Amino acid sequence: CATGINMQAAHWLAPRMTRQCGNDFQEELVIRPLHSGDIYASFQFRTVWETDFMRGNKVSHYRLFPKSLGQVISKFSVRELHISFTQGYWRTMQWGQPFQPSPPGAELWVWFQDSVTDVDGTWKELTNVLSGIFCASLNFIDSTNTVQPSASFKPLGIGNETDHRFLRYATLPREIVCTENLTPWKKLLPCGSKAGLAVLLKSEKLFHSSFHSQAVHIRPVCQDWQCKTTSWELRQTLNVVFDLHNSAQGKREWSLFKMFSRTLTEACPLASSSKIYIDITDNPQGEQFEVSPATPLLSQAVVLGDRRTFSVYDLTQQITFGTVRSLNLLIRWKSSEGDMLRPLLHAERYVAGYGLQTGEIHTLMYNNHPYRSFPVLLLDSVPWYLRLYIHTLTVTSKGKDNKPSYIHYQPSKDRLRPHLLEMLVQLPPNSVTEVTVQFERALLKWTEYTPDPNHGFYVGSSVISSLVPSIVAMDTNSTRERPLFSSFFPCKEESSYFVRVYTEPLLVNLPTPDFSMPYNVICLTCTVVAVGYGSLYNLLTRSFQIEEPSPGLAKRIANIIRKMRGVPPL
Amino acid sequence: MGLLSDPNRRRALISLLTRLNSPICVVCYMAGVAWFMGLAFEPFTLRTYMSENAMGSTMVEERFPAGERALTTGREFSAHKKKAGGMPVDWLVKTMQARGLEVFTQRFSRKLPFPDENKERYMVKGTNVYGILRAPRAPRTEALVLSAPCTPGDSNNQAVGLLLGLAQYFRNQIYWAKDIIFLVNEHDLIGMQAWLEGYHHTNTTGMDWSPLQGRGGSIQAALSLELSSDVITSMDLVLEGLNGQLPNLDLANLFYAFCQKIGVLCTIQGKLQRNDWDSVSGYSHSVQTMMLMVMKQASGRPWGDHGLFLRYHIEAASIKGINSFRQYKTDVTTIGRLLEGMYRKLNNLLERLHQSYFFYLMPSLSHFVSIGYYMPAFGLLAVILLLRALDLWVQLVSSPGVLSVLTPLVISHLTGVALYTLPIQFQEMAVEQFPVSETEAVVLTAIGYNVFLFIYIGWRVLKLVAVLYLAVLLGCTALINFSLGFILALTLVPVAAFVTPHVPKVLSAFILVILSPACTLLFSVFFFQELQELPVSFQEGWLLYLSVISQGILDHFLYGSLVYPLIALLVYPCWLLFWNILFWK
Repeated sequence: CATGINMQAAHWLAPRMTRQCGNDFQEELVIRPLHSGDIYASFQFRTVWETDFMRGNKVSHYRLFPKSLGQVISKFSVRELHISFTQGYWRTMQWGQPFQPSPPGAELWVWFQDSVTDVDGTWKELTNVLSGIFCASLNFIDSTNTVQPSASFKPLGIGNETDHRFLRYATLPREIVCTENLTPWKKLLPCGSKAGLAVLLKSEKLFHSSFHSQAVHIRPVCQDWQCKTTSWELRQTLNVVFDLHNSAQGKREWSLFKMFSRTLTEACPLASSSKIYIDITDNPQGEQFEVSPATPLLSQAVVLGDRRTFSVYDLTQQITFGTVRSLNLLIRWKSSEGDMLRPLLHAERYVAGYGLQTGEIHTLMYNNHPYRSFPVLLLDSVPWYLRLYIHTLTVTSKGKDNKPSYIHYQPSKDRLRPHLLEMLVQLPPNSVTEVTVQFERALLKWTEYTPDPNHGFYVGSSVISSLVPSIVAMDTNSTRERPLFSSFFPCKEESSYFVRVYTEPLLVNLPTPDFSMPYNVICLTCTVVAVGYGSLYNLLTRSFQIEEPSPGLAKRIANIIRKMRGVPPL
Repeated sequence: MGLLSDPNRRRALISLLTRLNSPICVVCYMAGVAWFMGLAFEPFTLRTYMSENAMGSTMVEERFPAGERALTTGREFSAHKKKAGGMPVDWLVKTMQARGLEVFTQRFSRKLPFPDENKERYMVKGTNVYGILRAPRAPRTEALVLSAPCTPGDSNNQAVGLLLGLAQYFRNQIYWAKDIIFLVNEHDLIGMQAWLEGYHHTNTTGMDWSPLQGRGGSIQAALSLELSSDVITSMDLVLEGLNGQLPNLDLANLFYAFCQKIGVLCTIQGKLQRNDWDSVSGYSHSVQTMMLMVMKQASGRPWGDHGLFLRYHIEAASIKGINSFRQYKTDVTTIGRLLEGMYRKLNNLLERLHQSYFFYLMPSLSHFVSIGYYMPAFGLLAVILLLRALDLWVQLVSSPGVLSVLTPLVISHLTGVALYTLPIQFQEMAVEQFPVSETEAVVLTAIGYNVFLFIYIGWRVLKLVAVLYLAVLLGCTALINFSLGFILALTLVPVAAFVTPHVPKVLSAFILVILSPACTLLFSVFFFQELQELPVSFQEGWLLYLSVISQGILDHFLYGSLVYPLIALLVYPCWLLFWNILFWK
């Protein structure tokens, strides 16, 4: 249905036009004022396209869906692709759970279609192509940092195929994310950064923050409830946390302009919906903070196991922009900052011990639920140059041994593949579970060191995936207005929710030679070997005797004559 | 080596070495001492220079403005400290939280092996408070530490005030790439030990501590701040850490560079730098500075809170503010700017400090002696032992039964083991039976072992073994802790060289006792006091000597210092062997 003229028309006509052509684009921004006085802004851009990339189907006509990604999907037979670039570490203790968790650095995980025969080869090519698309060093993904998790990463889209031969997972904890990654990411949006929410994405503000994370998720989804045909969903997300202390100059006041140095004047004309949500759950009577302009629209949703209330600003309605034709949301704090949070699940990791020979990796998982225990899946991918002593693996909670019900361990091969450790551990209520494993630091070959070897070597974050009992289900003695008949059995879909927690990456020092004096070392060793060792060995092994001087010529001739005469020689 | 393959020439060389053995030894000894004394002469030393490029050319601006406010905070801290009668934990937690840090506490307790009289403590219980400034957009992999001890009484309040002031100022800056940990530790080194063990989850000394809740990844560098007055005249840099370990020289260079830039008087070993190196007094000044460093390093104890970081491969130094009676005064804002500059440069580091020297001596803050220059001094002393060994080897006619020296070796080592274990075992008993103080009891039990051993084997074999043993022992010690190795060599090498059964007994015994490790320590105590320009009378010196020994034993049990076991288990038995040789029958 779509032609070039229609594309033009889409700008002028109602955005709903796009829906009918099998293309749909939605954008939204969620703003959550955090306890610490910081502010969390999460952008989501979702493009859905009713088409089929499966089974080598040639797709050549693109409208809203970016062509560069569409071609990647069909060329490499990708079924699902998740890529994230993160600068900073999400502080669960201060900020709670994020909407889309991601580890520091770059993370890429891909499910391939089962028609792919050479998965490793395709993966290698795919990472190189993505490296070009996103201007990132994804080409450093190779067999030494790729793993195939057996349980932690299940497909998020439709499809029953869960054979982990078709899954590849890799992280680059050292990847630094900056504007050169943001620009290609923005170019994937239908409106670019020209209109809609994307005008707020100015890099000088986004990178003047405590946390920055951008991601692209591609997956097949159902077209309708009968799910006979599939659509492809592209979800671009960007999460950023602005720091109260260094962005707001300590004033407890936030506005769109202060955060992004822009205000909003219009929605993206191609978008079927364009909304801003402000989380006002902790602020029902406006005693914590004050939002202006006020909006009558409210929306409730269960997010991460908690029932949240949001004020909604619909950008497709002209009334939102008011008389000044520009929307500049203002949030003014009234109370002072709160204590640290106690999220139900959080984790941390560190390297214990000293010296450059051995060490111990400690992973701590906190279950802060007062009475429910729940299982978590722990995924650890450790590079080969830390040689894990897997027999020293211990899992303890509350001082007792906690036996994991499932362990999948794949030992490393030097210079070929990393260690992979996956465990299903039950976390008792209100406890800290500690997983420790000792390792030995390998001596690398001298060409294998990075240019800055004394900086240390990175070990990617552990991934903890879990179904956490939700706060809504905890709320048995509900004070909220709910009919009594609905509140006896905890509602199934609300009773627990999926959470993925990433620990911090580790920086480990390996024994490093002093690269600044190879010349001295070479000279010294050569001298010692050639001169010192050679002569000393000679001295120690040879036996010395005094040799008689050889007789002169005349004497020798005389002796021959005497021998012929049968007389004893002189 | 060709020289040695010729039997005639070899014989000639050996006969020369045995004939001239004593003169050569004397010359070597003189040369070693002279070389060492020459190290402090400025034309023979190198100027310090910044090796780390990441800290060199990058410019930083220091803008810390809030010195007065820091002093006010310090006074508040002092008031709360008095009220709480120790660490004001709640107040510190609240103050740090208000400055936007993530705050955590750690409780610890430790029972000392015997009461520490210097600091009057036996059962130690305390709490460390630390706040972490999370660097924006950093993944918690690297951290820097700034610590200030919470000491009883009126000292160090300004340090805590400045620490909190810097925390507040640093929190508002965007440029941090590494987390910064602000630590206030109680009970100085014991608290620091507990915190470091908790951070790295090790337990080397059997201390009880509660696990840490928050971390910042691998610590790259640490500074410990001591400041007890509102204005100061100079800043003193302390480098010597546990077991004589030193931080990378670049850390000292960084401090010196910023002192020069900001215009703060800086000292090392409490000695200002002088420019008149060519005069006698200038030379003796730098000798004194260097000797102080040698003495401190040889003691193997941490001379500031930074000393314990070095074990974990964290470059650390202590900075002490000194207020003497000079005209030129520096206020707290300037010290804050100094620290800000240092932290900004450390923040710029891409790699750990590794470019510069780890083994050095400093005759002044702007000059240093590297390992390549000072090792020959020790080598000249050590070669005496090898020459004596060669001499003895040549004199031995038949090949010796090595097993025959086993008995004296074992017995002297058993005495060493006794010396190591008994002071702690018996000090309680001694205190009960005699009206002596604990310190003296420890020391007296330690000294009461001058055993005479008479075992009948050829004394030459025994001496050969003893001399070689001493050579290996001193060589290894000097590699780890040059100062200790050199001081021991200075006294033990003459003993080892001259002792035979044929020298006059009484005089030699006297010399042997004078040059024993115990007396070396006694002289060192007096010498150290002399160098610090705090001479003591004999009575005071003796008390100081006793307390130094008990401190050494405590250092071993509390922080894992190795000097006490080295002396008790290895050096003392070695000296006993020479004693045996003297009383040979």
